[in-house]
Amino acid sequence: MATLELGIDENVAISAIGRRRRLGPLFWAAIAWMILVFAAAALAGLLPFGPTDMDMLERRAPPSALHWLGNDGLGRDELARLIYGARVSLTVGLCAPIIGITIGGALGMLAGYFRGRFETLVVGSMDVLLAFPPLILALAVTAYLGQSILNLTCILGVLGIPAFMRVARAATLTLARREFVIAAQALGATHARILLRELLPNVILPLFAFFLLGVAVTIVVEGALSFLGLGVPPPVSSWGSMIGEGRESLEMAPRLAFIPAVTMFLTVLSFNLVGDTLRALSDPRQGAL
Amino acid sequence: MLGFVARRLLYLVPVLVAVSLLTFLIASLLPGDLAYVILGDQATPEKVAALRHDMGLDQPIWWRYLSWLGHVLQGDFGRSFRTGQTVLQAVAERLPVSIELMLLAEITGLAIGVPLAIACAVRSGSAFDRFMTGTAFGMLSVPAFLAAILLIYLFAVELRWLPATGYVPFAEDPIGNLRFFVLPALTLALAEWPGIMRVLRSDMIATLQEDYIALAKAKGLKASRILFVHALKPSSLTLVTITGINIGRLIGGALIVETIFALPGIGRLLVGAMYTRDLIILQGVVLFVATGFVLMNFIVDMFYAVLDPRIRHGHA
Repeated sequence: MATLELGIDENVAISAIGRRRRLGPLFWAAIAWMILVFAAAALAGLLPFGPTDMDMLERRAPPSALHWLGNDGLGRDELARLIYGARVSLTVGLCAPIIGITIGGALGMLAGYFRGRFETLVVGSMDVLLAFPPLILALAVTAYLGQSILNLTCILGVLGIPAFMRVARAATLTLARREFVIAAQALGATHARILLRELLPNVILPLFAFFLLGVAVTIVVEGALSFLGLGVPPPVSSWGSMIGEGRESLEMAPRLAFIPAVTMFLTVLSFNLVGDTLRALSDPRQGAL
Repeated sequence: MLGFVARRLLYLVPVLVAVSLLTFLIASLLPGDLAYVILGDQATPEKVAALRHDMGLDQPIWWRYLSWLGHVLQGDFGRSFRTGQTVLQAVAERLPVSIELMLLAEITGLAIGVPLAIACAVRSGSAFDRFMTGTAFGMLSVPAFLAAILLIYLFAVELRWLPATGYVPFAEDPIGNLRFFVLPALTLALAEWPGIMRVLRSDMIATLQEDYIALAKAKGLKASRILFVHALKPSSLTLVTITGINIGRLIGGALIVETIFALPGIGRLLVGAMYTRDLIILQGVVLFVATGFVLMNFIVDMFYAVLDPRIRHGHA
């Protein structure tokens, strides 16, 4: 398989983690945007309108004091749909990579630590999973399982497992040969103790950086599926489905597609930016951004 | 080299078997009985049982898998119960569209990414370099369907230069055909070039510091020749790698882009099968695409081995 090997250089991997780097205003702007989106999603219940309240007289109404971002093609408040959509996008976007990081991280660490047949089996079965173009597999499984937020989260989570497995395995492979692990083995530490107390704290940072990139990818894939009408079922609003609906009225009211599009872009960009900065911190071979 | 090819081919067999098994299991184990889908909600239990028997759905699962695999190996992927078309006919009809789209997209992506990468590598650290690297990073966060909406709005709705949706076969009207492909291919290329540029740029910065580049300069070779011939050649492996990694993304992207721009390719066939719950087409096309993807990766691996002897001797 043509694959990107994510190796971590043995000599520099650990020493640089503690090193401080300038994080720049862009990094903090990204963090601020993430906090804003999270806060809006958490406080969505305080809005005066629901995401499905229709007002047929106000179809595609421009922004007003009452409806800050105007109304969509069915007279629903655009801002309310945007914020409730954030709930869906963030729920799927965060929960799916959590599945991936838990299962993939555990498999990767076990494979990298114990090696042997187990490693061959894990790597081989991940190769099979990777043999499917991810979007195709996601589509096929949703088609059979039915469209729901839970199904979508599970599928996207499973699809993320191979990537997390690789990151965890690559990091574990090099770490497992280091002196502190050998010392722990010499002191008679159990495998569980070495894995959890010696290896996990070192593997977790590259995994977490990758997790943030995974969130960005998942938000995009969820958006793409919902855009095609194959993701979350209507009338639930998600950024992808809003863009898809806005596309119908691109000539009359382009903002209906562009507002969720910009929101989604900024969110994905924020996760990419923070993830990439953290990755650069944990892997000093690559220069920052 | 032959031994290497044989080893990799042997490795392909279990992967392909596993792929077919997974495709079959997704289609068979998940809820939703094919007989009900065909007959509709009003079907009587007797009719359903009869149809299940006809289709062999009452057989044990391993037997169904083996008989399905046997048919597939003989080139019989099944037949749509909605249109009566076989999976192979449907795929053969639509494959050229998808391939044309992906080729145009990858060429456009390379045409944008490679010159930019070279320009950035030559002036690495300059304002231009930093601006382009930043733009590329930003573009990585633009999903294909977002770029599609933007391009449709700009070129089809506002400027009215290009059609937003539609398709004519190349044989009937070559110019018209290409006009329909401009926006879809550009959409995919916009997602492709940042990856190409980022990787190639860092590769080139390293290459430009090599002694033989200094020698070429000292010999008085033209800058363009040094950059495009001497410096680009060692990066060919990188380009093959990126192209290989991109295939999976391109297939997924093609699915979205074909649906948005109404191009009758494989992706649209799949999405259409999903809307109409045409499970036979779905299963056949997923297997076809996954197999094609595995084979493409195999070819990329072979390219690798040709380009870098260390890989085929197992030192890398």
